[in-house]
Amino acid sequence: MSGEPGGVWREAPLLFERSRPGRRAGRPPRTGLPVPELPESLRRTAPPRLPELSEPELVRHFTALADRTFGVDTGFYPLGSCTMKHNPRVHERLAGLPGFRDLHPHQEDEAAQGALELMWHLQEMLAEIAGLPAVTLQPAAGSQGELTGLMLMRAYFADRGEERDTIITPDTAHGTNPASVTMAGYKLEKIETDARGNLDLDDLRSKVNERTAGLMLTNPSTLGLFDEGIEEVARIFHDAGALLYYDGANLNAVVGISRPGDMGFDIVHYNLHKTFSQPHGGGGPGGGPVAVRETIEPFLPSPVVVRDGDVFRLDHDRPRSIGRVRGFAGPFGVFVRAYAYMRAYGPGLREMSEVAVLNANYLLARLKDVYELPYDRLCMHEFVLSARSLKREHGVTALDVAKRLMDYGIHPPTIYFPLVVPEALMIEPTETEPKERLDDFVEAMRAIAEEAATSPEVVHEAPHGRPVRRLDEVRAAKQPVVRYLFDEHPALVG
Amino acid sequence: MSYLSLTDADREEMLAAIGVSSVAELFGQVPPGVRLDRPLDLPPALGEAELVRHVEELAARNVHTGAELSFLGAGVYDHYVPSVVDVVLSRGEFLTAYTPYQPEMSQGVLQAIFEYQTVICELTGMDVSNASGYDGCTVAADACFVAKHARPDRPKVVLAETLSPQVRQVVKTYAPGFGLEVVEVPHTGGTTDPDRLAETAAGAAAVFFQQPNFLGCLESAPDLAQAAAQAGALAIAHVDPMSLGVLEAPGEYGCAIALGEGQAAGNWQSYGGPHYGFLAAKSEFMRRMPGRIVGETVDLDDRRAFVLTLQTREQHIRREKATSNITTNQTLLALAGLATLSWLGPEGLREVGEECLALAHYARTRLPLEPAFDAPAFKEVAFRTPIPAREVVRRARERGVHPGYALGRDYEGMDDVLLVALTEKRTTADVDRLADVLDEVCA
Amino acid sequence: MPATESYPAELSYHPEHDWARIEGEEATLGITWFAQDALGELVHFEAPEVGSTVAQGSPCGEVESVKAVSDVIAPLSGEVLEVNQKAVDEPEVVNEDPYGEGWLIRIRLSDAGEADSLMDAAAYRAHVAEQ
Repeated sequence: MSGEPGGVWREAPLLFERSRPGRRAGRPPRTGLPVPELPESLRRTAPPRLPELSEPELVRHFTALADRTFGVDTGFYPLGSCTMKHNPRVHERLAGLPGFRDLHPHQEDEAAQGALELMWHLQEMLAEIAGLPAVTLQPAAGSQGELTGLMLMRAYFADRGEERDTIITPDTAHGTNPASVTMAGYKLEKIETDARGNLDLDDLRSKVNERTAGLMLTNPSTLGLFDEGIEEVARIFHDAGALLYYDGANLNAVVGISRPGDMGFDIVHYNLHKTFSQPHGGGGPGGGPVAVRETIEPFLPSPVVVRDGDVFRLDHDRPRSIGRVRGFAGPFGVFVRAYAYMRAYGPGLREMSEVAVLNANYLLARLKDVYELPYDRLCMHEFVLSARSLKREHGVTALDVAKRLMDYGIHPPTIYFPLVVPEALMIEPTETEPKERLDDFVEAMRAIAEEAATSPEVVHEAPHGRPVRRLDEVRAAKQPVVRYLFDEHPALVG
Repeated sequence: MSYLSLTDADREEMLAAIGVSSVAELFGQVPPGVRLDRPLDLPPALGEAELVRHVEELAARNVHTGAELSFLGAGVYDHYVPSVVDVVLSRGEFLTAYTPYQPEMSQGVLQAIFEYQTVICELTGMDVSNASGYDGCTVAADACFVAKHARPDRPKVVLAETLSPQVRQVVKTYAPGFGLEVVEVPHTGGTTDPDRLAETAAGAAAVFFQQPNFLGCLESAPDLAQAAAQAGALAIAHVDPMSLGVLEAPGEYGCAIALGEGQAAGNWQSYGGPHYGFLAAKSEFMRRMPGRIVGETVDLDDRRAFVLTLQTREQHIRREKATSNITTNQTLLALAGLATLSWLGPEGLREVGEECLALAHYARTRLPLEPAFDAPAFKEVAFRTPIPAREVVRRARERGVHPGYALGRDYEGMDDVLLVALTEKRTTADVDRLADVLDEVCA
Repeated sequence: MPATESYPAELSYHPEHDWARIEGEEATLGITWFAQDALGELVHFEAPEVGSTVAQGSPCGEVESVKAVSDVIAPLSGEVLEVNQKAVDEPEVVNEDPYGEGWLIRIRLSDAGEADSLMDAAAYRAHVAEQ
């Protein structure tokens, strides 16, 4: 599947390079009203150098860029911990209905009953899935959900007059966890993962004390392993008066099988763009709702959607709320898609997780003889392999494997994460993949391991069939060019 | 309905390859004590046609701006979203790709983000923009984090009261975790007095003001920026992207950072989201910028290419010392903004700005209400109402017109102030109709 | 061109992959071959301020590659006399010559006795083999 680099792919000029003075696409409506003169100090002196293009040019431009982009719609995308499942197309139609698309967020509650009812039902369904009664839909993404959760902890302990300053996270934690801890003004304490891939309980017991506010954990972990000692973990924290926060990044493994609230978690965030099919959009948008125990409900961000009989409204009267974390009630368009997704599956949503776990274990079974498996256990919805032996024996790294996969028409898995596994390849197929795509992936991975031994240069110099070859990232960091330099047109070529 | 692809035969084969006899065995690692032993209590499954019918019924119960002549603004605006936006939003590659960590797979998205960053820098007069933040409120909180590190000995931020109430609320939610004190400067006659601002900004890391402000008034922004500088604080302007064809770029009058809500440029109102926040700064802040940044480089064959750069700022590398915890951002919405601003071009953007000025001026003279403030207005005008503004809204809506936002819920003493928004989608006939309705309801 | 692996015998080593060349009451500090190899090509050196104090075992600056950032851990305590401007301007010199032109910081020692707690080249080599 290697093409001639640059041969198959057209040149993609920048909008500013396609631009021609005086060319334009849109013409706003004009009233013909006189335009009042602005005070000189406020007036624009130099017009912004926006592109000057006709509509045909604009359409071709974005089409060319789409052609140079690989999405789940293009092919297999096993990016671990991102849950790159199929994004149902009906959702785009639904989110685009005028009653949603053209609804102003300041519209009176009585004129937004459809939207509010949808949100209320979404809250209820999310609560059922987490096994926790109270939900806020406001946070814009998982990271913001994490920060919200930590702020809720802060409010909870302040209300009780308890001074607690530390959050514990495992060494396998996603980088957002420690980053959120810092933004929330907490101190970070790390604990180790044992040889089986569970939290090291001895290490844990030595670190949990009366200064501990809580634990941040994803379960299954970023190793794709369910923590077999989770009940004891919960006991340790609760006995110390601390709380447990569930990072919902890996929720796709356990929906309908085990509920975070039942595992002992007190605060849960969801990633609507992972588990609940909101498309990733090249980096976003997402949605990061948070569910909490009754005792924490009063502190939830304001507003929340409440129901009085048949009437739904936004409740802003929340005196103990931590405040607002995002504008309005949250990313509503994302709610429409998540809601529709859950309504499509109904109570059978469990099957989504069952098949996610089946698909992952199938890949694991067929690859563990070719790549190193650091934890010899059945996995959940994702698993981590190590390319360490390829590196040792043939000098081929996880990075090389990732780049070579591109030539097989497959998006690479997550690499070099979690940090506890050297030359890590984190693979999450998701439940929507057919068996043939899984088999293709196995074939490709096996072929690459073979190539590592017989023709490593092919792997080192991959990809061969994408619009570009490997990039000079050092240069991008040392000489950052982060916008088109109109005045300078730097000659980067050569 | 499900989106699963496995057949029963597939499952058999796969279980055999794994070496287990049932899917239940795969969940052996889940302790029995935490297993859910009943089906999820969720509403019954719907096929696609039934799903569409059900959701359409929900949508039909909302009174949207197509069904009612609306003058609502106050942070989200009914600007025209051009059809070219659909090219971006509906291409499956843009829609379904993740963050472009593997640049060879994502040159299209990366280039589009680079173009977006360029456009934002052009509009704001800044040197570096990120690839978007969550919304216009959270980027203000992000900027507080930047300011905190730029001026660590000044743990205080100052907010003009004429900055959007929601923006101020979000900043106040984030500030305790950052260890920052938040102080507000009350407005005088609908705008912010530079001297008062300078006084309050003593010892502050940053000063935030909005242009045009939440009350629709134009601030003397260069004076506010100068007041901040005098006090040794960073000047941070919260701006409307659709105003930057006629209003000066913040980078030209002394601001360190410019940010705001991007929705007005290219996003549907969508009951508040998803939209996109933009954040841009002078080059000295590049390494402290939160969020993703795309940079230009070359590949092994010297071909121009784009890549995420300065990633060591971000959470996946710097973890607890990251410039932010942000991962998922609002890329798709930001690209819709790029498409819209490209469709408008500099002429089109100027024309939209002129219409926003012209219509605001027309409304001031045409509507049978006293303007609440003297300052010139852009796109929104605040009016005094003879009866509570909320009551004006209620009565006007009975006549098929939503007259605007009642400011009383956010500002003391403004129960009788109505904020009327006029984008380029409004016509003189629309304003005349509003005038007639107001005549009736305020009589 | 990155250097070949080496751990000069005349240097003292800290387990966090930093070295010290002690010269009387002063010492020159830097990161070892192992550290620069793990990071990859350096793109940035965030140096401490001249005149500031550094403490043994604590961060005294940062080095960054494209994919990683690492604290420079001070092997010894003291006052910063000079930082290597070449490492700031051309961080890749640290990869090319980590013990020579790629030195990072020069300090005046505050406690000469601390040197006893550092490893010699052989001990550090053994430490690296375990990583």
